Amino acid sequence: MTMLFGLPEPVVTATVGVWALLIAATSLVFGLRWRRPGHYDELVSRTMSWWWMIGAFTFAILLNQTVAIVFLAFISYLALKEYLSLIPTRRIDRGLLLFAYLAIPIQYYWAAIDWYGMFLVFVPVWLFLFFPALMALRGDTKGFLRAVGTLSWGLMLTVFALSHMAMLLVSGEVHNPVAGGVGLLFFLVVLTQFNDVAQYTWGKLLGRHKVTPDVSPKKTWEGLIGGVLTTVVLAALLGPYLTPMDWHWSALAGAVLGVAGFLGDITLSAVKRDLGVKDTGGLIPGHGGILDRVDSLTYAAPAFFHFFRYFFTP
Amino acid sequence: MLSRNPLIRLLRFLFFAVAVRAVVLVALGLTVRNRARLPKDGPAVLAANHNSNLDALAVMSLMPLRLLPKLRPVAAVDYFFTSKAKGWFVTNIIGIIPVERGSAKKGGNPLLLCEEALDRGEILVLFPEGSRGDPETLGPLKKGIGHLACARPDVPVVPIYMHGLGKALPKGSSLLVPFNCTVNVGEPLYGTDSYNAFLAKFQARITALGDEDKKPAWD
Repeated sequence: MTMLFGLPEPVVTATVGVWALLIAATSLVFGLRWRRPGHYDELVSRTMSWWWMIGAFTFAILLNQTVAIVFLAFISYLALKEYLSLIPTRRIDRGLLLFAYLAIPIQYYWAAIDWYGMFLVFVPVWLFLFFPALMALRGDTKGFLRAVGTLSWGLMLTVFALSHMAMLLVSGEVHNPVAGGVGLLFFLVVLTQFNDVAQYTWGKLLGRHKVTPDVSPKKTWEGLIGGVLTTVVLAALLGPYLTPMDWHWSALAGAVLGVAGFLGDITLSAVKRDLGVKDTGGLIPGHGGILDRVDSLTYAAPAFFHFFRYFFTP
Repeated sequence: MLSRNPLIRLLRFLFFAVAVRAVVLVALGLTVRNRARLPKDGPAVLAANHNSNLDALAVMSLMPLRLLPKLRPVAAVDYFFTSKAKGWFVTNIIGIIPVERGSAKKGGNPLLLCEEALDRGEILVLFPEGSRGDPETLGPLKKGIGHLACARPDVPVVPIYMHGLGKALPKGSSLLVPFNCTVNVGEPLYGTDSYNAFLAKFQARITALGDEDKKPAWD
């Protein structure tokens, strides 16, 4: 593959495309605000946050693989911190939660050295067994099951699931002659985030029939179907350029991403409903917390990783 | 008075601009509600609930670095002046105004230094509960804030409710565990002629601020 700034050339071109889209969207939003001042403040702060997020992502993948892995691990850290701050916790587990944070560098290290077997079992087997035993040894059984359950689920979601992005980046290198691991990561992240925006936009434009009125009342069938179809089209166009998949497979991957993203979104919505909060935090103006932004990726990253691994890894 | 030594001033600036901001932004992460209610300049009193040794640093990090030379946390002498090094650090780097607990009973005015600081246009960071008390609960208020507000009735007293710092670094622990913290800034209050009336108003306002956010169980 041709390299440009140390990156596969298609990734550089696609990054330029993302920035062009961002600039176009920003002009549109500011145009809307100019015509009706005061009506689009939320949309403006959302858009400005996209500049920060796309900027950070571009910076991370542009430098080198290590920086990209540290960046992804930092997202896991922010997500786990937000999760642990939202859920009910026991005072006795305070010190133990520090160990939970320690799981992040270890899990991302397995990804960095491309040790797939350990990457797969570390959280769902070893940590799954380790933390309950540690809690039992500390001797407080009150609220034990709640503490074990919430911690295990949080680690699976924020550490294990999200770390599939790093594993895709590292292990995809040899299986993607077109644009390397970074091409696959780019395809996953950009399409998942694009799918969020597309579902939101179609829902705003045409949304009538609610999918899950009790969990996330703003999700509509029109938004879901319109969003997934838009993502399928973009995936079919981008896939052959960034991945070894032809346009049929790319379209299928787009559908997987779109549906998985939706499921991740409503799963986190159910958690927020249960806890009685509207947003998971205030880190990203206009979006909420980091979990509000990566909720779709918690499902889309493992789904796309294993889809690709199953069909495109010998 | 803060030290005028340029080296100490530089150290204080670096400590707050680098170390404190790194801890507050990365290890903790603050969600600030109603930031616009913070005073734009001194004199002012920032009065927050108290759960952690990080509280003063968290409140100070809410203010722009430009106002750092005016920011003065108020702290008890007996707790912080236990060794020479600690005393130097809290005086010169943290920049505290010392208050002697129980000195009112001996006939002195324990708030004299605070009043002088306000007259110089400084911004006090104060914890009306006095001590950190039970983690993540609002303890009874001491009378000091009432006396200070009534002695300087034109100085705004901004109530601030913080949640989460008592989980990150509670009393009795030196192990910082990352937790997101919420900071809710209230409308300023002004002293009248009755410190009891002020205390009641303050208590009501800070309690209301705390009730605005849902707090997960910490049992």
